[in-house]
Amino acid sequence: MSATMAAVSVDLTARARELPAKEFREVVFHVEDLGVSYNGNAALQDVSLEIYRNFVTAFIGPSGCGKSTFIRCFNHLNGLIPGAVVEGKILYHGEDLYGPHVDPVEVRKRIGMVFQKPNPFPKSIYDNVAFGPRVLGMTDRLDDRVERALEQAALWDEVKDRLKASALSLSGGQQQRLCIARCLAVEPEVILMDEPASALDPIATTRIEDLMHELKRDYTIIVVTHNMQQAARVADMTAFFSITRGEEGQRTGILVEYDATSKIFTQPSDKRTEDYVTGRFG
Amino acid sequence: MATREAAAPQPLRLRASRRRWGEDVVKVVLALCAFVSVATTVGIVVALFVPAIEFFREVSIVDFLTGTEWAPLFEPPSFGVLPLVAGTLLVTVCASFVCIPFGLGGAIYLSEYANRRTRRILKPMLEILAGIPTVVYGYFALTFVTPRLQDIGLPVGVFSALSAGLVMGVMLLPTVASISEDSMAAVPQDLRDGAYALGSTRVQVSTLIVIPAAISGIIASFVLAISRAVGETMIVLIAAGGQPNWTWNPLEAVQTMTAFIAATGQGDVPTGSIEYKTIFAVGATLFVMTFVMNLISIRLVRRFREVYE
Amino acid sequence: MSASASSLRSDRPRGRWVGRLFYGFLLFSLVLGFATLGALLVQVFLEGYKWVDLVLFLEPPSADPLIAGAEPAILATIFLGVLLILFTVPLGVGTAIYLEEYADRERWYNRLLEVNIQNLAAVPSIVYGILGLAFLVRGIGLGRVLLAGAMILTLLVLPTVIIAAREAIRAVPDSIRQGAYALGATKWQVVWRQVLPAATPGIATGSILATSRGLGETAPLLLVGALTYVSFNPTLLGEFTALPVQIYQWVSRPQEEFRTLAAAAIIVLLGILLTLNATAIWIRNRYERRW
Repeated sequence: MSATMAAVSVDLTARARELPAKEFREVVFHVEDLGVSYNGNAALQDVSLEIYRNFVTAFIGPSGCGKSTFIRCFNHLNGLIPGAVVEGKILYHGEDLYGPHVDPVEVRKRIGMVFQKPNPFPKSIYDNVAFGPRVLGMTDRLDDRVERALEQAALWDEVKDRLKASALSLSGGQQQRLCIARCLAVEPEVILMDEPASALDPIATTRIEDLMHELKRDYTIIVVTHNMQQAARVADMTAFFSITRGEEGQRTGILVEYDATSKIFTQPSDKRTEDYVTGRFG
Repeated sequence: MATREAAAPQPLRLRASRRRWGEDVVKVVLALCAFVSVATTVGIVVALFVPAIEFFREVSIVDFLTGTEWAPLFEPPSFGVLPLVAGTLLVTVCASFVCIPFGLGGAIYLSEYANRRTRRILKPMLEILAGIPTVVYGYFALTFVTPRLQDIGLPVGVFSALSAGLVMGVMLLPTVASISEDSMAAVPQDLRDGAYALGSTRVQVSTLIVIPAAISGIIASFVLAISRAVGETMIVLIAAGGQPNWTWNPLEAVQTMTAFIAATGQGDVPTGSIEYKTIFAVGATLFVMTFVMNLISIRLVRRFREVYE
Repeated sequence: MSASASSLRSDRPRGRWVGRLFYGFLLFSLVLGFATLGALLVQVFLEGYKWVDLVLFLEPPSADPLIAGAEPAILATIFLGVLLILFTVPLGVGTAIYLEEYADRERWYNRLLEVNIQNLAAVPSIVYGILGLAFLVRGIGLGRVLLAGAMILTLLVLPTVIIAAREAIRAVPDSIRQGAYALGATKWQVVWRQVLPAATPGIATGSILATSRGLGETAPLLLVGALTYVSFNPTLLGEFTALPVQIYQWVSRPQEEFRTLAAAAIIVLLGILLTLNATAIWIRNRYERRW
């Protein structure tokens, strides 16, 4: 478990954060022994961790380790896949997201998601951002909501003169910020981001990362990324996932280590983490 | 862990505020729409087979299926369906002589010989042939084909199985061509390239490599075309004839099963009479024949899709 | 072992002839189809164009071909077209939404539903006429009225509309649905506000093409439509005769003039169908999105 991180060219000093001490962290999610299986094959098992308010928490790990599956547990999007079974608990402010009678619509009102490939609706920019409020019945002062969301997503200045234009006429980076604005318009508490910048060029990526810094003042953010440098740049806490093989060779994702980002990248406790962040595998 | 629970931003209510019964209503309404198609099938089966069964209580099914005289209105009536079946088959065979070889020929041309632009223009034009209403084809058979047949010296009268069959064959040509061409297009190019590299000619590749590889789709197209020929009504009603005729000579006038149903159904036949029930007996026979052929065709199409997709 | 350049020329004249004959046969196949189409259109137009006039459009049929027109038939066909769209679109799109968005594919009854639709698409059209005769005309006593004709044509055309609507719905990318769900939309909201609007051009094209096919059908209407002359204009619950049926009735008459009338009516029918098909293709080219 040596601390030789010379091989890792990660710029932590610029973002070396003093995380608030544990006593001052507020828990938003408490995950207990979570497991997900598709048609009987376990994709993820025995995950337990806590997510803190106004932190950016990153999930990293090799492909197939279940991090996308995991993030989709937070907003019940796994429920759309037939054959997906979730075991364990996710306590959101003390209430189990997978308890009886929990309504996915209520969950998703409070926990929003941005996807890997920007997926604007084939409608105007305005209608994209207004869609969430409209379906949730938040139609008062709709224009203000749209403007506010677009400002928070750092897109307002670029589109304010063409709100009626089609969303598909925007560039990739703008489309992704539009999707973020769309998510913000329903005033969630938590924003989930599944590899939000992996389909974008480096400049657009930087803008998204800057946005994450801005947004975490008001929101709690969980981001899945396959780019370790990105995790080191934006995340306060990082969770490293890996793959174990079962007796018959099935691959299942597990949580290996979860700690402050600076510790994960400079002094990981688990050898597997060290191997991954130094680039020895994955 | 000395962390505190974060206070929830608003009153936390993860249950739905009220049961979304609107969603349930929607699902029921949509399922009802889907049910219409089920009801249609049930309706067809009931409409055909209930009166048909009644019919077969009065008329022996053996007489029906083997009798060679169809005269339901005579005294005494004969209910042998073979003349109608023969009429149908005669017209179908004539149609097959046109649509099978030339439909396949068109498909081979489009698939193996035509360049992409030609194919893009020709294929939709072929679809136009399929889109002409059958009553127009019937008119064409009567007013153009029959006189031409007479012109070349064939002893055909106003009505003949041949005239109707030829026109029906052209009408079905796009069916054979389109499905066969899809099937041939699905054959991987590597197979052809391998054969060409060995020095084969295009004729050899088309006939010895591509056709065998696409055979189940091609046969499916034949079966589908034959099934459509059997079920076709207007061309035969207008151009083939209205008298049942137990013959294998295509130059003669015949009445097909479909033409009989149409002719009788148009009349003011009293409900429940034996004559009325003949509509359903013949209809049931027709339905069974086409149903079996459609099953075979669908099965074959599925098989060619599985092999290559 | 060197091959001289001269040996590259084909030395199999028989092979070349086979190739040419084969190619000729293939070309002939296509030519046969198009020549027949050409002959048909020429025959129809040459015979009928002189009689496509106001008389055809404004007069009812009559025993005297010189004053006979097809007004009731033309009106009935247009009326049927409107009814067809009104009936088939909700039923067809509803079924398609059910199968694509709501039904669990693993259930046997849903798979049976899909097979059933495929089979219905291949049933001969006259069987639909028998269905109408047994249930609508005689069974519930509706009689040989326009509504019965519309209902039977709806059932005939419905499988095609369902298949077209399903394709259009399936073409909408899943990322759109996921994005909408993630914002808290319910299933119906996702379908109504995102999937259907995106699928509308495809659905419209498919429905119009299917309706056009339905309007060209004659056999079911023979069993469900009026028996004799219809000389009055059609109403929903009145007797009717549609354009294809009128054509059939005129073709079946021995007099030359009625053949000519039939050709004229065919020109009108082909005109209607051509307009419908062209509209459908225009909608597809103008509005359909390539995802």
